Amino acid sequence: MSRAHKYDVIVVGAGGAGLMAARYAAQNPNVTVAVISKLYPTRSHTGAAQGGVGAALGNVTEDYPEWHAFDTVKGGDYLTDQDVAEMFAYDVIESVIELEHMGLPFSRTPEGKIAQRKFGGHTREFGKSAVERACYAADRTGHMILQTLYQQSIKDNVIFFNEFHVLDILMVDGECRGVVAYELATGELHTFQAKSTIIASGGNGRMFKVTSNAHALTGDLQSVVYRRGIPIEDPEFYQFHPTGLYKIGVLLTEGARGEGGILRNKDGERFMERYAPTIKDLAPRDMVSRSMYLEIREGRGAGPDNDYILLDLTHIDGHIIEERLPDITEFARIYLGVDPIREPVPVQPTAHYAMGGIPTTIDTNVIMDGQNTIVPGLYAAGEVACASLHGANRLGTNSLGDLIVFGRRAGRFASKYAEKRDFPDLPSDAQDFSRNLLDKALNGSGTEKVATIRKELQNTMMDNASVFRTDELLGKQIEIVKELQERYKQIGVEDKGKQYNTELMEALELGFLLDNAEQLVYAAFNRKESRGAHSHEDYKDRDDENWLKHTLVYKADKGVQIDYKPVTLGKYEPKPRVY
Amino acid sequence: MKVNVKIKRFNPEADKRPYWSEYSLDVRETDRVLDVINQIKWEMDGSLSYRRSCAHGICGSDAMLINGVNRLACKILVKDLGAEISVEPIRGLPVLKDLIVDMEPFFDSYKAVLPFFINEDPEPPTERYQSPEDREIFDATTKCILCAACTTSCPVFWTNGRYIGPAAIVNAHRFIFDSRDHGADERLQIMNQSNGLWRCRTAYNCTEACPRDIPITKAIEEVKRELLWRRA
Repeated sequence: MSRAHKYDVIVVGAGGAGLMAARYAAQNPNVTVAVISKLYPTRSHTGAAQGGVGAALGNVTEDYPEWHAFDTVKGGDYLTDQDVAEMFAYDVIESVIELEHMGLPFSRTPEGKIAQRKFGGHTREFGKSAVERACYAADRTGHMILQTLYQQSIKDNVIFFNEFHVLDILMVDGECRGVVAYELATGELHTFQAKSTIIASGGNGRMFKVTSNAHALTGDLQSVVYRRGIPIEDPEFYQFHPTGLYKIGVLLTEGARGEGGILRNKDGERFMERYAPTIKDLAPRDMVSRSMYLEIREGRGAGPDNDYILLDLTHIDGHIIEERLPDITEFARIYLGVDPIREPVPVQPTAHYAMGGIPTTIDTNVIMDGQNTIVPGLYAAGEVACASLHGANRLGTNSLGDLIVFGRRAGRFASKYAEKRDFPDLPSDAQDFSRNLLDKALNGSGTEKVATIRKELQNTMMDNASVFRTDELLGKQIEIVKELQERYKQIGVEDKGKQYNTELMEALELGFLLDNAEQLVYAAFNRKESRGAHSHEDYKDRDDENWLKHTLVYKADKGVQIDYKPVTLGKYEPKPRVY
Repeated sequence: MKVNVKIKRFNPEADKRPYWSEYSLDVRETDRVLDVINQIKWEMDGSLSYRRSCAHGICGSDAMLINGVNRLACKILVKDLGAEISVEPIRGLPVLKDLIVDMEPFFDSYKAVLPFFINEDPEPPTERYQSPEDREIFDATTKCILCAACTTSCPVFWTNGRYIGPAAIVNAHRFIFDSRDHGADERLQIMNQSNGLWRCRTAYNCTEACPRDIPITKAIEEVKRELLWRRA
């Protein structure tokens, strides 16, 4: 295979956002498109999403996009850009219908429409009560989205470079001209020259010990662009999903509570009644995760070590559980030996989703700074990106919505840009940076082990920078991350081979992951307030006067630098967030 | 608990033929086999190579032959296997390195059955309606994660690598029985070819191997019957 490639549009990542972007880019007959993915496309973590995709179809009860937009803004603790939320709430309706037209096998209402159920933070009439907005396919909605989009990509003859690991983006004169990727099968570097590059490579949850995220989710591109001077927006806002399986973090959908599931402490008390009297167990995830931690901290956790909470589905008809929640029922049975139909399931908050990411405009153009200066030729969509839809806390189901809405926009805008542009030249040293990364990992002294550093990172991030934060713990974690970065320079790999050197790949991923941790802890230490998922015990209140602004974290020569970007406000005035 | 793990190894850059590596290590009973393999890679032998991603049976990366049965390494626990564990690559696909096999022939068979929604009618402004009963007919086959555990457990596939295999038929079933889809005739014709579904000898290995509990043999029989009825 030739190692120099040329496509009008390159998509990095083959999950929901990447496949949607590729599909839309390819609909433009004047451009060529290829997708580069670290995994086979169907292995992408979109497939692990369970509960549904929120869209105000109103199939079960009355619903309107205005309500959805409001819920998204309030759910994001008013850090959501309101123009983005409004566009999204309308666009996601069209996108869901489009998925159905692509054949997605949604569950159905008795009349044959797309079935919908309740989900956290989604309400009718601006907060009055929970509303059925999550369009679902049993509890494998993400799987069905991923499969459907991959099926369409076969129909559309999309070109894939599977098991190619992107190590660098080619920035020349402030614009992006493509990427460099490492082919896992051969150990060769490939250069991809592109007029438009779309980044859709997913999240970074593997920096935490307990996570719902796949092993592959190491924030590679969040680091690659950061090393090239592009900032990361709002990385301090990291979502912990309330219901991960105890100790292993495997996700149990919020849809379980949407179907009537209840969280209980060791006394059997439905404690969410105290924290969110109106919507109780269906409060947004940041609030529920905090409430669970507080219950545990105050000695009301269940189990021999009083360190978990119980997700109780036993009062729900067993047939409904088997029909609408079959996968999570199986997870509980296999991994914990607990049958949810008969007994409550031990759960704990699990690291789940990055609200922040590579900053983009509403049109998915990557931006450089607080003045929205666009990086020509570079686009981002999905979890890796931050269009500021989710603000300080994402609502359940809005991640799948994000993928299809922003993936589609990225494909459209990136192909339109590519169409009117010639191929820009690549520098002759295009691969040097990547080659250097590989050489360092392959030829390092080996006095440090990748697995050891990674484990220390995951343990300390969990202890010092997860649901509750303090100045002291974050300050400590900054020092720990610095120390781990130093030690990382001394890693080595035993496997010096070229073919499927997965040890080398893990070493590179850890380097990326450390950058992600750096972004998160610096931004979290810097933000002296509590907002959404960033819960700071030394600054317990939201401080709109000083902190109603987005963080931008840069890697500069003299260390980590922080800047800000204003929040786009709109008709929803910031108010105290009660549910 | 202490486990002895035997893993079939092959490095194309160094080895002429596969060999077994043995490892003895302490693990928890509740560990997944994937956790055990990870522990070996991270603490004992960095060169051990395999695919993995989601670690809970959804992405389909880590199908392996574990104690003689095709399973996902992330969906089988140590306590269900005991102290002696053997791990080999799934059979019938070329081994590239250790537990990594060439998935291209598998995906080629999948692609051959037109595994995508076909309906050229003008799209309605809303969703296409489908009754819950019609949706239920193909529910099981929508669960497929393309892990290849079924196809690589099939004795017919072992002897004839050109047989499209159970996974491809499962995915054809998913569309053939979808009331909204119009591509059934085309797919059934493909199924009817010499390396198509008539090669199935109902060995049931696929059904037993499926980590998603899809009743695969039943699905294959349903496609066979559909083909006969449409011919009649």
